[in-house]
Amino acid sequence: MDAIILQTLNGLDKGSAYALIALGLTLIFGTLGVVNFAHGALFMIGAFCAVTVQRILTLSVITLDPNKTDFLGNPAKIKTPYVEKFFGPEIGAGIIDWSVPLAILFAIPVMIAIGFLMERVLIRHFYHRPHADQILVTFGLAIVLQEVVKYFYGANPVPTPAPAAFAGAIDFGVLIGFDPNQIVYPYWRLIYFLFSIVVIGGVFSFLRFTTFGMVVRAGMADRETVGLLGININKRFTIMFGIAAAVAGLAGVMYAPINSPNFHMGMDFLVLSFVVVVVGGMGSLPGAVLAGFMLGILESYASLNEIKAIIPGIDQIIIYLVAIIILLTRPRGLLGRKGVMEE
Amino acid sequence: MFGLDKKDTTLLLVVTLLALLAPFILNPFPEASALAQFNAGYPDLMQRFVIYGIFAVGFNLLFGLTGYLSFGHAAFLGVGSYSAVWIFKLLGMNVLPAIAFSIVISGLFALLIGYISLRRSGIYFSILTLAFAQMSFNMAYSVLTPITNGETGLQLTLSDPRILGQQATADGSIPVTNLLPGLEMRQSVQLELGGWLFTFNTGYYLAAFFLLLAFYIAIRIFRSPFGLMLRAVKSNQQRLNYTGIHTRPYTLAAFVISGMYAGLAGGLLASMDPLAGAERMQWTASGEVVIMTILGGAGTLIGPILGAGFIKYFENIFSKINENILHDWFSFLPQGLQDFVVTIVAPFFGEGWSLSMGLMFMAIVIFLPGGLVEGGQRIGQLFRRKPAAGDAASSQTTPAE
Repeated sequence: MDAIILQTLNGLDKGSAYALIALGLTLIFGTLGVVNFAHGALFMIGAFCAVTVQRILTLSVITLDPNKTDFLGNPAKIKTPYVEKFFGPEIGAGIIDWSVPLAILFAIPVMIAIGFLMERVLIRHFYHRPHADQILVTFGLAIVLQEVVKYFYGANPVPTPAPAAFAGAIDFGVLIGFDPNQIVYPYWRLIYFLFSIVVIGGVFSFLRFTTFGMVVRAGMADRETVGLLGININKRFTIMFGIAAAVAGLAGVMYAPINSPNFHMGMDFLVLSFVVVVVGGMGSLPGAVLAGFMLGILESYASLNEIKAIIPGIDQIIIYLVAIIILLTRPRGLLGRKGVMEE
Repeated sequence: MFGLDKKDTTLLLVVTLLALLAPFILNPFPEASALAQFNAGYPDLMQRFVIYGIFAVGFNLLFGLTGYLSFGHAAFLGVGSYSAVWIFKLLGMNVLPAIAFSIVISGLFALLIGYISLRRSGIYFSILTLAFAQMSFNMAYSVLTPITNGETGLQLTLSDPRILGQQATADGSIPVTNLLPGLEMRQSVQLELGGWLFTFNTGYYLAAFFLLLAFYIAIRIFRSPFGLMLRAVKSNQQRLNYTGIHTRPYTLAAFVISGMYAGLAGGLLASMDPLAGAERMQWTASGEVVIMTILGGAGTLIGPILGAGFIKYFENIFSKINENILHDWFSFLPQGLQDFVVTIVAPFFGEGWSLSMGLMFMAIVIFLPGGLVEGGQRIGQLFRRKPAAGDAASSQTTPAE
């Protein structure tokens, strides 16, 4: 029992990442009808926003300390981050410590700008081309973005720690009546899960309760009619592209402390997120979220030792297996609308 | 000749000549000159040209003709490599049974995957093949370790049975792959002519032979009623269904054939260097063959070979160019400007080769959907159009009637 609860919790944070990326993919597909293979790269850029903010905050002025010497006998160099100089050592260290949450503020405008740029410069020329062309050009873009990041940040993962306040783990089992130390769950993963819930809730309520969202939903249902009513639907869809990019970026920012960002993390997540979108149903937002969490949790159940004893290696392939079964038995996905990309 | 019309015969002859004379053509610069680094006439690279050419020709039979975009084709290449290495381990070091076996096994594997994946089309097909390939890749790393040797990759050892060959050579090392007893794959004849050094390698010529065979079969498929049916699938599958034609046997046949091509390429890779690793099956490897085919020109005969050669050449040559070489190139500029230009250009060379490739690929998809072949045709038209403008207009109307 405790193992199952623990695996459910473990599945939640991966599921959150899948759900967030798949949500963005579905937003783009549902609004613009574009299959975006560069979405994983947006997730990766988000994670590197966290790295960038951390680097900016730790930019240091180098001073010589005459009292100490290094092993060559020269005066020791002391690095003092500018932030610590401006705000005093304690507040400065605190700001650096909180660089990942601060990166959210940095990432939102950056990601929206990148999304705008992508849509205006590249994607808009591909609305009337076949899906295969859209896949190919965004695949090329993903390679380019990945290589650019690799050029600036190197090929190795960049450790990006969470704030010290969240460094430990919560003894979750005690809260629900188990013995101590049986279900231990890192704080940051819990935060990640809550954060993703907030973002998902935000996107849904934005679409549900604002006039803008209403127009976008109407456009998703029937683009032409909305256009005939005199609404510039293309402009709204461009904004939605920016929002989808921001969602992927936020998923990346907060994921940085869980797994140190590296340049190919986007590709790794992209394949899985596509599977998630297809399982949830192309064009269905709730489907993407549901399938994201479901597959994340299924994946972590499959890595239980008891299950691996019955079917060895199942944890490696479970997601793909589920996707294949769903695609063959229910091609429109779990919550997909009838007739959307169903052939 | 061989049941081909005049145009196709010329094409086949051109490819044959190119393949046979590749050691000369690819080594245009004398060995001692500064430009020798652009020579591609060494066995390892020439082998890769033709092997990936076969791979891309096979992929094009599926994508170019039917329009089904498979994102998991590298799985067949990987399976081919594994099967070939197993033959080397169990039977002996002759490459022919190994290649035959890898074609058969990849074909069977493609039959299985194709049977399931082809139930869907469009993006669903792409994702299904991607899912299958990633599944095979993950399994090769984990559960199937007894067959694939996991992360280390499948290698030959001295304790392999090799029932038809020798377990070890006289001096106690692992025997090498051969085509005939005494004719090793890695054997090369070198020819020195003036400042030039040409290498003729057994493995290369074997691979080139298979490339020509594969190319010939591809031409026949393109020109056959079967090929026409595949093109019909690409242009309008629904209409075919309405006329009462069941298209899946045709697409499945194309899928299996293209899987066998990939298996042949995998078997050849293993014959040149008898080891197989799971990374050959990763989806980035599948993406690479997609890029090769599109870059050369999907749906054309010669395009995939051009694309494969192009990618492999630049991958090898571009990635060797470092900042010192760039400084040499731009040494005619004044010092400050030279440093500036080198700083701008350097990210696209050396390790940044993938960046250049990605940009090039995007440019091709955006501006030249027909790939290099279309580019060549456009340039050709540019020169031809002026004298025969009227002819071009009248010939354009003919197909409509």
